[in-house]
Amino acid sequence: MGRFVARRLLHAIPVLLATTFLIYALVFVLPGDPIQGLAGDRPVPPSVLAELHRRYHLDDPLVVQYAKYLGGLFTGDFGTTFRGQPVGDVIAERWQVTVRLGLTAWFFEVVLGIALGVWAGLNKGRWADNLVLGATTVVIAVPVYVVGYLAQLVLGVRLGWFPVSGGDAGWPAAYVLPGLVLASFGLAYVARLTRASLVENLRADYVRTADAKGLSRRRVVIGHTLRNSLIPVVTFLGVELGSLMAGAIVTEYIFNLPGIGQQVFQSIQLREGPTVVGITTALVLVFILANLVVDLLYGLLDPRIRHD
Amino acid sequence: MHTPRHRPSHARPWPALAAATLLALALCACGGTADGGGNSADQGPGTPGGTYTVALTEPNHLTPGQTTDSYAIQVIQGLFDTPVTLDPKDGHVLPLAAASVESTDQKVWTVKLRPDGVFHNGEKVTAQSFADAWNAAAYGPNGWESNYYFAQIEGYADLNPGKDQQPKSDKLSGLKVVDDTTLQVTLSAPFSQFPMLLAFTAFAPLPRAAFTDPKAFDAHPIGNGPFQMDGDWAHDQKIALTKAPAYAGSRKPMADGVTFKIFTSKDTAFTELQAGNVDIMTTVPAARAPEAKRSFGDRYSVRPSGTMDYLGLPLWDPRFKNPDLRRALSMAIDRPGVTQAIYNGVFKPADSIVAPMIPGHRDGACGEACAYDPAKAKALFDKAGGFSGPLELYFSNSDPTYEQWMTAVANQLKQNLGIQDITFKKMASADLGPILNKRQGTGPYRQNWVIDYPSMQNYLDGLYNPDNRMGWSDPQFDALIARGNAAKDGKDGLAAYQQAEDLALQQMPLIPLWNWQDQSAWSDKVGHVLIDPYVTGLHLDQVTVRH
Repeated sequence: MGRFVARRLLHAIPVLLATTFLIYALVFVLPGDPIQGLAGDRPVPPSVLAELHRRYHLDDPLVVQYAKYLGGLFTGDFGTTFRGQPVGDVIAERWQVTVRLGLTAWFFEVVLGIALGVWAGLNKGRWADNLVLGATTVVIAVPVYVVGYLAQLVLGVRLGWFPVSGGDAGWPAAYVLPGLVLASFGLAYVARLTRASLVENLRADYVRTADAKGLSRRRVVIGHTLRNSLIPVVTFLGVELGSLMAGAIVTEYIFNLPGIGQQVFQSIQLREGPTVVGITTALVLVFILANLVVDLLYGLLDPRIRHD
Repeated sequence: MHTPRHRPSHARPWPALAAATLLALALCACGGTADGGGNSADQGPGTPGGTYTVALTEPNHLTPGQTTDSYAIQVIQGLFDTPVTLDPKDGHVLPLAAASVESTDQKVWTVKLRPDGVFHNGEKVTAQSFADAWNAAAYGPNGWESNYYFAQIEGYADLNPGKDQQPKSDKLSGLKVVDDTTLQVTLSAPFSQFPMLLAFTAFAPLPRAAFTDPKAFDAHPIGNGPFQMDGDWAHDQKIALTKAPAYAGSRKPMADGVTFKIFTSKDTAFTELQAGNVDIMTTVPAARAPEAKRSFGDRYSVRPSGTMDYLGLPLWDPRFKNPDLRRALSMAIDRPGVTQAIYNGVFKPADSIVAPMIPGHRDGACGEACAYDPAKAKALFDKAGGFSGPLELYFSNSDPTYEQWMTAVANQLKQNLGIQDITFKKMASADLGPILNKRQGTGPYRQNWVIDYPSMQNYLDGLYNPDNRMGWSDPQFDALIARGNAAKDGKDGLAAYQQAEDLALQQMPLIPLWNWQDQSAWSDKVGHVLIDPYVTGLHLDQVTVRH
């Protein structure tokens, strides 16, 4: 177990190096000049241009730039944004917002998604099942920004149940509505996945055996069937945690939450190499850790899958 | 990226920038309840006190010389007093931190300061405070965004050498601190519009603290204006200002404080305004115009701005050499149709290079060359020998409406002139800028201009100077601009600029399209909302609050 974890963590190092280099190269090969882009239609005097190029290493070849960036990383310097803020500070400030939002959304997906899936699966073919299937189809079909603006208008402005935007109200008030909007797609997906998996397993031989042994319905469903049925769901939820952190761009934009998604969006537009790479690296780490946790959970759900 | 404005209600004589008579004006012609023509500013409470909120987009810096960003300028206007300000009604120069700005030859200017200026930390505002700020902005290696605003001051070249050369100096030789309240500015050439330039935020003074810890200063600027920072700038969240107790200038604030709430999405900001959580928004998206009219009634206003859109033409491509062809392109574009369809009729078709609110603007200066006439356009197009090969249109992806209007224009050129092969070159502005500046484009491009100061000269020199993006050159035009710049009398100067404009319109290297308008809306909690079309934008000091 311990060796498995250590090995997986060692694997993460080359993955991280490769991804940072790849992102850096992608930002680098884009043509054009980010400094000129900042000024829009205004002329930038050559002296100022030269200075800013020097400051952000824009004139160096790619490998040299990347080496300087890595060198900075080892001394704890993540580079600076074009606004002159240290990237480390920017990530630290915004990370909390995104983590709060992501975990809130993830919580809704886990609790509501699985509950709805079980409810539909146990009532296969009845009205509850049809309701869940119908509702999730609609949610999956509607783009997230439509859901977001509608929810904001109806629940925020008209009914006044939630803050309209911003993080001033703090957790949970400010995060419930954006969390639900962000979770909507994944929630629907989890519900359908749970239902399908549960329906499948309820027909399995071992469930019939458990029933025949005279175990209570509850034991059969929770202890035997659900535990097995959750393997595909847990896989999805693990990867989803990373996706939620990375995918909050639209939600953060609509609800004006100063998180990572908003920053990535702005930085890509401005071509801020170090900021984009710094944030991506952090996201890659989240993905790697989430995958590791998922793999360890398999063992708990199904003793036949062990990492010894 | 611009500030709202209103149109002068009737033509006014251009303020005489005549020798030695400049700006000896009564203090604060802008006080009290100055109503900004067409503003419903006289409504609302008239008592001092209370605080209000304004929707804003995250600025890039709050140190005046470090930014030319309109959102930053809106905040800096409250924190700093520039040497002069511009009258909200017609844009003529009024004293602010300076008592007067005078010159006998338009080349050597004397700026006399008010003796009672103080920074929020108690430091006195002196001529040196201005000299330090201007030198820092003009010094190339500092990489400050407003650097080129100082290019006309003598010695600028020594601070901004070519690539890989060391600057000879870090002080502008044209700046001379005579005494605590006198600053002498020598320009490299006569420039009659110089006092107007001094209303721009980059010309604000800086205290010593700005140089001892620049980073801290940018997060918590210490100015000499009516408001001071209340806590640090909370990036992407808010900037709070509170009334500065020691302020003795002419813009005493009515309210106790103002908080800028920062939004990434203007739609979300507008939703918050509707929900009553924001009091003032000066950049309502054009798409929400009908909604804003319905929800806010007389607390909604549209003002002409100085911002213009043009279609620039690459004259180094022989296909665009013939002025008749350029005029044909212009006449084939249905400006009223496009502004109606894409900008809800908020933006106005242009018939001049300069916006209507600019002193010296003449209605119809462009004549029939800017009027939609498909038949005439086609005849002219054929006379010029038509157009061969693909037509590539360049624009940036910064805003979805750019592609929408480019599509409309492309369809009109297809239908009216029969140019069949039209393709789009859509890219990030980081890519587009360098291509256009290096004259590497292969077709017409979107050109936008936001004014620095409300003078015809700002458009003509900014868009048609010898380094212009179109590759257009005309010695007669350059001579007319120089004549206007050196004019001792405002009227003479204006006449020269108007002749230059006629020449540029005749040659049509750049096709005027439309003039932006700014939409504002505000809650019923605030009154005396005065938003001018010049540098100041929203007059933070005049807003009153029901509390």
